[in-house]
Amino acid sequence: MSDKEKINEIAKERERWEKTTLPKWIGQSPERKSEFRNHSGTLIKRVYTPEDIKDLDYMRDLGFPGEYPFTRGVHATMHRGRLWTMRQFSGYGTAEQTNQRFKYLLKEGETGLSIAFDYPSIRGYDSDHPFSKGEVGICGVAVSSLKDMEVLFNGIPLDKVTTSMTINGPAAMLLAMYIAVGNKQGVPMEKLGGTTQNDVLKEFFAQKLIIFPPKPSLKLVTDIVEYCTKHVPRWNPISISGYHIREAGGNAVQELAFTLYDGITYVESCLERGMKVDEFAPRLSFFFAAHNDLFEEIAKFRAARRIWAKTMKERFHAKNPRSMWMRMHVQTAGFTLTAQQPLNNITRVTIQALSAVLAGTQSLHTNSFDEALALPSEEAVRIALRTQQIIAHESGVVNTIDPLAGSYYVENLTNEMEERTMEYFRKLDDMGGAIPAIEKGFFQKEIADSAYEYQKEVDEKRRILVGVNDYTTEEKQPIKVLRVDPKVEEEQVTSLHKLKSERDNKKVNEMLEKLHYATEKDENLMPIIIDAVKAYATIGEICDVLRKIYGEYKELIVI
Amino acid sequence: MQNQRKIRVLIAKPGLDSHDRGAKIIARALRDAGMEVIYTGLKQTPEQIVETALQEDVDVIGLSILSGAHKTLFPMIMELLKQKGLTDVLVVAGGIIPEEDVPEMKKLGIKEIFGPGTRTDKIVQFVFENVPKRT
Repeated sequence: MSDKEKINEIAKERERWEKTTLPKWIGQSPERKSEFRNHSGTLIKRVYTPEDIKDLDYMRDLGFPGEYPFTRGVHATMHRGRLWTMRQFSGYGTAEQTNQRFKYLLKEGETGLSIAFDYPSIRGYDSDHPFSKGEVGICGVAVSSLKDMEVLFNGIPLDKVTTSMTINGPAAMLLAMYIAVGNKQGVPMEKLGGTTQNDVLKEFFAQKLIIFPPKPSLKLVTDIVEYCTKHVPRWNPISISGYHIREAGGNAVQELAFTLYDGITYVESCLERGMKVDEFAPRLSFFFAAHNDLFEEIAKFRAARRIWAKTMKERFHAKNPRSMWMRMHVQTAGFTLTAQQPLNNITRVTIQALSAVLAGTQSLHTNSFDEALALPSEEAVRIALRTQQIIAHESGVVNTIDPLAGSYYVENLTNEMEERTMEYFRKLDDMGGAIPAIEKGFFQKEIADSAYEYQKEVDEKRRILVGVNDYTTEEKQPIKVLRVDPKVEEEQVTSLHKLKSERDNKKVNEMLEKLHYATEKDENLMPIIIDAVKAYATIGEICDVLRKIYGEYKELIVI
Repeated sequence: MQNQRKIRVLIAKPGLDSHDRGAKIIARALRDAGMEVIYTGLKQTPEQIVETALQEDVDVIGLSILSGAHKTLFPMIMELLKQKGLTDVLVVAGGIIPEEDVPEMKKLGIKEIFGPGTRTDKIVQFVFENVPKRT
């Protein structure tokens, strides 16, 4: 029997089953809902069969791990060779406090660092700026100058760890500081490994921690890519991020499509700069959320790898297979954590983490159960890390690569994710690209609509959230939450003022003037920013120079 | 005949955090319930928020904050409202505000704090029931 004949045979049998066996069961116990849908609205069938993947061509669509189109993974041995990097996003209070938390996490078996900066640092203000009042060290660690960065990595050799930095607008300054710390430790920049998020496009419609308008923002991103390609070869200069798109309310398809389209925009920008695709593309990395719908998420990650590989090959004519690799970091979705019955979050995080592992992630952050209430306590963050270790060492899911390949359901969903993503790509191409789409508020509206729809589903109990709109309990679980001492701000401001009075201010001014000049000349700003931070110019001072020339972004409000 | 004036609401994001998912959803829900909603956008200083409230002649202010800076910023906002004579405006808040801070926030004059997981219709209902009556 040919494949086609086999499929016809199955189709016939399915029709028979639907007419004979199924009605009896439905008569006795009707299905719980008239239709079942996943988060991105796909109608989920009762059962999937070979019919649903009849066009799947194994070598074309899946291939082998480590080979095009990389659906099954970017490495040939995947987690059998090396487990993913367990990288917990952390930072609060002073650099000294966060340094302690880093050391604690490394002692507990974490394998990479990830810095959460406070809002003033993220928005390019020093700790003593009026905007910083009440925010210093609260949601992340306060870093205003190289001095803080030196304390942050005190006793942590930069050639022994890799570090991820969630930083966008001031990414160049923080990377410059990291390079300078390495320099002081005797670690040359060729040996530094890590990631700067440096994905400004999604800032305009998802994370929204923006300093400069789109065009100069994109210029700074490209400067970093260009500089790293030449001088910091082990650095991932951008982490193209869907996580925030999802958290802002986008569904899985929107997360996938908008993220990859941002990726396309960065590639185009680097090509316009005169770089060759195979020089920089291998270091582009990605960052996604892992939400609650296990199979939808797995399909999303697998589709992401395949679409990116095809895009790099077909749209940008990459030759180096590494240019086609989508290496990803995943974080479990913070939005799904509930303040009600917070211990239940441990279960949610486990399911979410499992999707990322089953789909072959390179790096993972698991959220702590208390994060809907406050910053994570030491106990909560340890449990989050242990969750990863249990999945890695006890569950057995890592013993084979891409174990869900061939599942009628998962392959069908993977294909559907790809098709819907390509539809968005066409729409965005027609709009003239990501920046015009941002300026029109396209992404913003799409995300806001999905967020509102999700909330309505919860309010109307079409979507059950355990402990929130069902299975509620009056009983309070006492959770001891971490509070940042309000004295942190005072201490931080005092030490910043001390620095400003003790450093060579003549040299600082000279550097800032040079920066002004280089910015006007539209040069690559990385070298001068490195010199400026080494002279202890602060993030605020450097950003002020750029603000003067580039202006500040004014939010386009889309409700 | 007096025209029935729509309830005017200012949804404001004080502080530096950018989590606007909740603020936007609330803005939409109140609008769908027939209110006139003004949304400030992100990164508003206490001065800007109070100035907008004054300019827009609002009946209700909804403050949304998830950065943890509420203990610094809410007192500043409430004090400025007092200075400007906006004492009859209904002020409510939402976001990540630890339970133990709620009494202190209410003492400032914030009528209610809506934590994560609150149904939007609860908030709509609260506004209808507590909005000051215009004479």
